[in-house]
Amino acid sequence: MKRIYFFIKSAVLTAAFLSVLSCGSDKPVLNVYNWGDYIDESVIGDFEKEFNVKVNYELFASNEEMYVKIKQGGGSYDLACPSDYMIERMIDEDLISPLNRDNIPNMKLIGKSYLDLPFDRGNRYSIPYMWGTLGILYNSEKVSGPVNSWNILWDEKHAGRIGMYNSSRDSFAVALKKLGYSLNSMNEEEIEEAKELLIRQKSLVLAYGEDNLKDMLASQEIDLAVAYSGDYGWIIEENPQMAYRVPDEGSNIWFDNWVILKETENKELAEKFINFLCREDIAYRNADYIGYATPIPSVRDQLDDEIRNDEAIYPPQSVIDNCEVYVDLKDFNEVVDHAWTEIKASN
Amino acid sequence: MKKRKLPHWLILLLLIFLYMPILVLITYSFNEGRTGAEWTGFTFKWYAELFRDRNILKAMGYTILIAFIASTVSTVVGTISAWGIKYMGRRTSGILLSINDLPLLNPDLVTAISLMSLYIFLKMTFGFMTLLLSHIMFSIPYVIITVLPVLRRISRHQMEAALDLGAKPVVGLFKIILPQLKQSIISGWLIAFTMSVDDFVISFFTTGSGVSNISIAVFSMARRGINPKINALSSLMFAVVIALLLIINKNRKTRKEDLAIEENILLH
Amino acid sequence: MKNRFNRYAWPYALWTVVIIVLPLVVIFVFSFSKNGSFSLEGYGLFFTPLYLKVLLKSLELALKATAICLIVGYPIALLISREEGTRKSTLMLLLMLPMWINFLLKTYAWRPILGNTGLLNSFLEMIGLDKVQFLYTEGAVLLGMVYNFIPFMILPILSVLDKMDHKLIEAAHDLGADDRTVFLKVVLPLSLPGIISGISLVFMPSVSTFIIPIILGGGQDMMIGNLIERQFLKVGNWNFGSSISVILMLVILSAMIILSLFDREKRGER
Repeated sequence: MKRIYFFIKSAVLTAAFLSVLSCGSDKPVLNVYNWGDYIDESVIGDFEKEFNVKVNYELFASNEEMYVKIKQGGGSYDLACPSDYMIERMIDEDLISPLNRDNIPNMKLIGKSYLDLPFDRGNRYSIPYMWGTLGILYNSEKVSGPVNSWNILWDEKHAGRIGMYNSSRDSFAVALKKLGYSLNSMNEEEIEEAKELLIRQKSLVLAYGEDNLKDMLASQEIDLAVAYSGDYGWIIEENPQMAYRVPDEGSNIWFDNWVILKETENKELAEKFINFLCREDIAYRNADYIGYATPIPSVRDQLDDEIRNDEAIYPPQSVIDNCEVYVDLKDFNEVVDHAWTEIKASN
Repeated sequence: MKKRKLPHWLILLLLIFLYMPILVLITYSFNEGRTGAEWTGFTFKWYAELFRDRNILKAMGYTILIAFIASTVSTVVGTISAWGIKYMGRRTSGILLSINDLPLLNPDLVTAISLMSLYIFLKMTFGFMTLLLSHIMFSIPYVIITVLPVLRRISRHQMEAALDLGAKPVVGLFKIILPQLKQSIISGWLIAFTMSVDDFVISFFTTGSGVSNISIAVFSMARRGINPKINALSSLMFAVVIALLLIINKNRKTRKEDLAIEENILLH
Repeated sequence: MKNRFNRYAWPYALWTVVIIVLPLVVIFVFSFSKNGSFSLEGYGLFFTPLYLKVLLKSLELALKATAICLIVGYPIALLISREEGTRKSTLMLLLMLPMWINFLLKTYAWRPILGNTGLLNSFLEMIGLDKVQFLYTEGAVLLGMVYNFIPFMILPILSVLDKMDHKLIEAAHDLGADDRTVFLKVVLPLSLPGIISGISLVFMPSVSTFIIPIILGGGQDMMIGNLIERQFLKVGNWNFGSSISVILMLVILSAMIILSLFDREKRGER
């Protein structure tokens, strides 16, 4: 009997503990949904202290994953950090709400070339956070000769030493560019051609990874991989032999912007968070930690010379002009997904 | 029969196979270097980093909290329901038990997406509540199949006799039935608890709003690459499991009952 | 009097309808509707050579894993069942201990062993052999399945063997049967229920896994679990995802029916 009493008591205690955990503090809560490894985590703590709030920080690994979760979840996130084409889709589907610029005065710090982009004209919905390119990250000790073409990813010489992104969009971008097409191609024949190319490549590829590709490079499991420019910034710190190059056929240039979700209950706080991230000292810490290119010129100027002037991270205009921004493929996504499954199912 | 010192080599081989990865992880959790197989020096730094990682600590908290609430609720509900099922007609109890079996027979993935679909259908917000509900959902069946067989062996007349002698039903329950069920209730609770701690697939699909458990945290870390913090975490969890088992084993005299329960679940 | 307690089960009956039956109904309905209207598109899409190939691949891997578990697991169960006393319970505890460890951590643990610069390859290099690519292959996926699920094969077989009446074996010996005959005619048929539940306990999680191919397979293969996960979490095609789930359920259900028929037939024979 005593034990049962104890059992009930402990259940009651748990319930009490639970209520303390969930609503014990009256602090407003901000739910932030961001890419993995995409913020200096001490920044979150600073924001919490400065504004006396609590931040719930959750990670995603791809735009698609984030989109599906937001679309079905409803009301559970205040802020997210999607890329260009996904922002376009989310605006179309009325998932994000327009910003009140009065709460984001630090927006004035952002460079003109990162504002008013096609996916969000006039920046009514989104504020730039980081930007970069898609290219080839490689170990310069193992890969000899110039890495100026996507063709190297089809070179038998590197069989079993190649890493690809486990993402249909990025893989097709590589193949389409190699073939000389637009990476936003919605032509079924072009997709078919790209698919054949990727099937042919499969036997040379060691693994289709995600963020772990850079680790595989660092531990010399592979010699070259498709990567985002920021991965280079991360890997170069401990592995000076690594290099990054955007191939001459052109590639993808992308922008990750912060958006506020339609269902938010803390819009003003979310705007303050965006403003906080645009503040010079905070933006500097993030740019320094993440290693991607910042859209704030004054922050770039504060970075170490070798980063600030590194053409891999901050490519020259000629490279940028050669790159395309992803466009939302809408219903055509199903065609691409089918082709991607065919690649994966092939032997 | 002559007594061999060591078990058969096949058994030894299996044990090596089962434990090698775990031992390797434990060893590497003390390795200075970040990548590769090379031993570069002894360190505790990964443990220190582990305890500084907000996400992991939060995930640990949620894992234990969810497991505790889910297993406790399931044990109480499951035991009461098993009591009811015992007195149900053959056909009704048959139907109910078949439904009860569904989460055990269906693959995790199907259970997970069907729950996710349900929550979307009901327009629920993904987070702590949906996660807890899912865990209770898959825990109760384990409690029922653990408790019911033991309960069925208890004669109906015991309770009736108690009632005839003037005892209130509650008193009868606490004085007569529960003491006989104690062992199986504890086992049911433990099974539910471990199932909840171990679950990845169902949690992965039914959580949201920053609520995650250890499995989800490990998955997102592993996705990002080699991380010695994972090794440290595994070693700690392994130590906890061994400690728990030792404590449980010490407090138990009847291994046989345990095995019977285990068997009941496996052969189900 | 007799039935006054059955009302205690009714709340749970209601609960099961809401949280076990209704969700399955929901995906069943989803699997037949696209954009709000009735459609067989999801099923139509699945029954094309491409997706059938994915299904066959999953079945093949799961069957291989089940076969390995059975071939390795059965002798071990037999050996353990012949042990006695504390040794036996210690062995059983050792067998069960890994089941208590987080599934993801256990799977992840193979990466530093199988990796290109991992333990196994360092060892091969040390003894002067060439490196072998273990990780990110189909073999690694198979290994992950066997590693995680083999206790589920051994334990049920073991518990059936334990309950077996030894007098039967002795009687067979007395009647002049040799060891091989005793095993084939007595032990094996009697342990069939254990084998069958072992097979279903290994086959089911193997065929539906989506994590092992991600962690150990390097995304090279797509199994049916990955397909479902992709449709729900990446592509957002719920209709198709639900159709595949319903098909997966049917596959598993029919596997179980076949197994139980087999069981009954054997029992009927005796």
